[in-house]
Amino acid sequence: MASAAREKSLVVIQLTGGNDCLNTVVPYNNDLYYDFRPTINIRAEDVLRLDDEVGLHPSLGAMKQLWDEGNVAVINGIGYPVPDRSHFRSMDIWHTAEPSTIAKEGWLGRVIRELDPKGDNVLTGIHFGRGLPRALGLRGVPVASVGNLETYGLFTDIADERVKHATLQTFSRLYGGAAGRDVVKDYLAQTGSDALKGADILRTAPAQYSSTVEYPDGALAQNLKSMAQVMFADLGTRIYYTTLGGWDTHSGELATHAKLLGEVSESVGAFMADLKEHGREDDAMVMIFSEFGRRIRDNGSGCDHGSGGVSFLVGNQVKGGMYGEYPSLKLEDQLEGDLHFNNDFRCTYATLLEQWMGLESAPIVNGQFEQFDCINAA
Amino acid sequence: MGQTDLSLVAHLLRRAGFGATRDELETYASQSYEERVEELLHPDHAQAMPDDLIRRYHVDMSELRQVDAAGAYWIYRMITSSAPLEEKMALFWHGLFATGYTKLNQARALLNQIDMFRRHGLGRFDTLLLELSKDPAMLLWLDNNDNHKTAINENYGRELLELFSMGIGHYTEQDIKECARAFTGWTLKNAEYMAVRASKDSIWPYGRINWHFEYRDWDHDDGEKTFLGESGHFNGEDIIAIIVKQEATARFVSQRLFQFFAADEIDAAGEAVVESMMQTYFESDYEIRAVLRTLFNSDYFKSEPSRYARVKGPIELLVGALRLAGSYRKPTLGANQLMLQSFFMGQGPLVPPTVEGWHEGMEWIDSGALVERINFIAKELSDISQPGVRDMIAWLDAKHNGVLTPEQLVNGCLSLLGALDVDDETHAALLDFASADGELNLQNHQPGDAAEQRVGNMLRMIAATREYQLA
Repeated sequence: MASAAREKSLVVIQLTGGNDCLNTVVPYNNDLYYDFRPTINIRAEDVLRLDDEVGLHPSLGAMKQLWDEGNVAVINGIGYPVPDRSHFRSMDIWHTAEPSTIAKEGWLGRVIRELDPKGDNVLTGIHFGRGLPRALGLRGVPVASVGNLETYGLFTDIADERVKHATLQTFSRLYGGAAGRDVVKDYLAQTGSDALKGADILRTAPAQYSSTVEYPDGALAQNLKSMAQVMFADLGTRIYYTTLGGWDTHSGELATHAKLLGEVSESVGAFMADLKEHGREDDAMVMIFSEFGRRIRDNGSGCDHGSGGVSFLVGNQVKGGMYGEYPSLKLEDQLEGDLHFNNDFRCTYATLLEQWMGLESAPIVNGQFEQFDCINAA
Repeated sequence: MGQTDLSLVAHLLRRAGFGATRDELETYASQSYEERVEELLHPDHAQAMPDDLIRRYHVDMSELRQVDAAGAYWIYRMITSSAPLEEKMALFWHGLFATGYTKLNQARALLNQIDMFRRHGLGRFDTLLLELSKDPAMLLWLDNNDNHKTAINENYGRELLELFSMGIGHYTEQDIKECARAFTGWTLKNAEYMAVRASKDSIWPYGRINWHFEYRDWDHDDGEKTFLGESGHFNGEDIIAIIVKQEATARFVSQRLFQFFAADEIDAAGEAVVESMMQTYFESDYEIRAVLRTLFNSDYFKSEPSRYARVKGPIELLVGALRLAGSYRKPTLGANQLMLQSFFMGQGPLVPPTVEGWHEGMEWIDSGALVERINFIAKELSDISQPGVRDMIAWLDAKHNGVLTPEQLVNGCLSLLGALDVDDETHAALLDFASADGELNLQNHQPGDAAEQRVGNMLRMIAATREYQLA
């Protein structure tokens, strides 16, 4: 095992589709909530109370336990200026930390470049999923996208082991050998070799892993378990990213939302327990975000797209508590029927970058933003 | 009737299309090269999978609300089109005039724009820019609906000059303002309604109804403008007429076409071709078809060094492999995954990362994208149940009377995958791979048997070569 001076890593969980923050951190003591939400509400007696005003959705049992241990920061009223209720545009803004123009560079891509300027480690940032979220995208910054850690790599569809071995051997030869005259072919060779190498290294992680923690079923839990495996294998990974979709609850919200929140809660609970079992609880911090919250009024079956939302930071080094202001539900305080956001999402980014990752935040989040005091001093 | 070398016509088809099967290549090789170029340049009777058939199988491709269905719908067209250059041009213009779903939430409006590229993509550049300036998806994408007589919005005016026609450095900030002024009043027919929707509606911010262009004389700034040294009461058409006659525009368009169709990098010999393309541009009254003719018929384009001088873009790679394998020739359940797959490789159709489009050439390749590229095409081309692959097995069997040496297997498969040329090291590695199992006996082969699978294994290995990543 590595020494105590291990470097800090950041785990980002993206809830795609717009998580309904009002039914996540529920203002159960506010009559306006029940007025605006006659159907899609959480009953006061069901919430897991955090204080006299708000409580967690009843599916968030494991999160409530982490809260009780002082390991959860709830960031209320989070959002970005001039809300746009398009999923895609909103997610772009969170990904690029650039609300006013259509930008290309992902904020975590810039983080990875800061952490590993020469790209020495192809595994500094890993996306656990297919494709590359724009948050991680930046020219010249290699990021592995791992759909499934157990089977990650090339030619995953070949069932015949003998053929697979021969194919991989030949691939290694096709992409190996001395650099030639052709720049493009040399670059392809280097990239192909890197991909093979990255896959070989990553595949060792599950084999080294053992744990008594039982993760629940589901893709998020599987991805968090893969993250734990990579983390414990000390491959130098600093940024871990994964997404969970299905949050666009225009209809049938109560059942869907309960299931999704349960999945997040239990998966994160298992992940934190796994970190603790391996003495890694001080090494990682989890940020959970969604592109926006949902409308204050329900539509009878669900809720439409809104703006202000809620994020969570989870970790042993988090100073548990409420941050940001819980937005007012009064009609005059609403923003076109939405919760009015009161803190820019880049405040949270800046807090994580400066206080957790030890990086200068301004160049990464495009400006200076006030930080929360929600992380224990290093 | 002339004759054309098979590998030359294969080269042309990789560039001006999405590659070609062995049978297609043999048919084309009986024409002269110039005849083939002319047929490609005149896609008059394009056939593709018919809309009614697609809709019968894919309800979501009828409404075309979601972007994955819309992207897959376009990929169907690319896979089945009998006029590959028409689709290739649409892909080229989509990359250059990159308009994205992320801001519009209206996939149909984007497909209408792609259709406009099919109609005008080989025609006059001024016509194309005019259509682009009236295109509803573009109007919204670059905020020209917010460009008013009393308050200009420069977004479209700026990108029209910088990204769509001349390139930075050939105009001033003042020219941008004057250009924006000229396009005031060019808006969407229901702009006010859509503005309300955008702030109130969450699922359909710009409404469900179809979008239309409208010119509003009352919101147009008819004052005198000075643009690129000329003065007058210019409207949008006048601005485009001035833009297209600039040498910078001729160079910009020729360079972009060169890089998309000829080589990622423009060397000294390539620069001479670009200059002759520019000359054609002016002589033909800005006709893209004529400019491409000059390129395709140039000695440079046909020469050995220009072959495999481009990295295939993800959509080119995916469509090319599917056309060869023969999968998705008919409506196929799960076709939407093709859109996701090309996105995973780095190029989702209809979702360019920004208005600048995609960074091409070597930037297509990183380790994640390369793994996605190879895994996908290797799986498709090794699937011996697909009709295109079955044709390849039958061709090998017939050509060699059922018994193939390892070398015949390698060379036959290279030839079947679009007359692919590989370097000596690659060939040696492929030959060793084939030799491990000795001679291949395809006599009395049955669907899915071990002999057929060896062909699939060989095709997979070739699909994984560096050469196959290049066009």
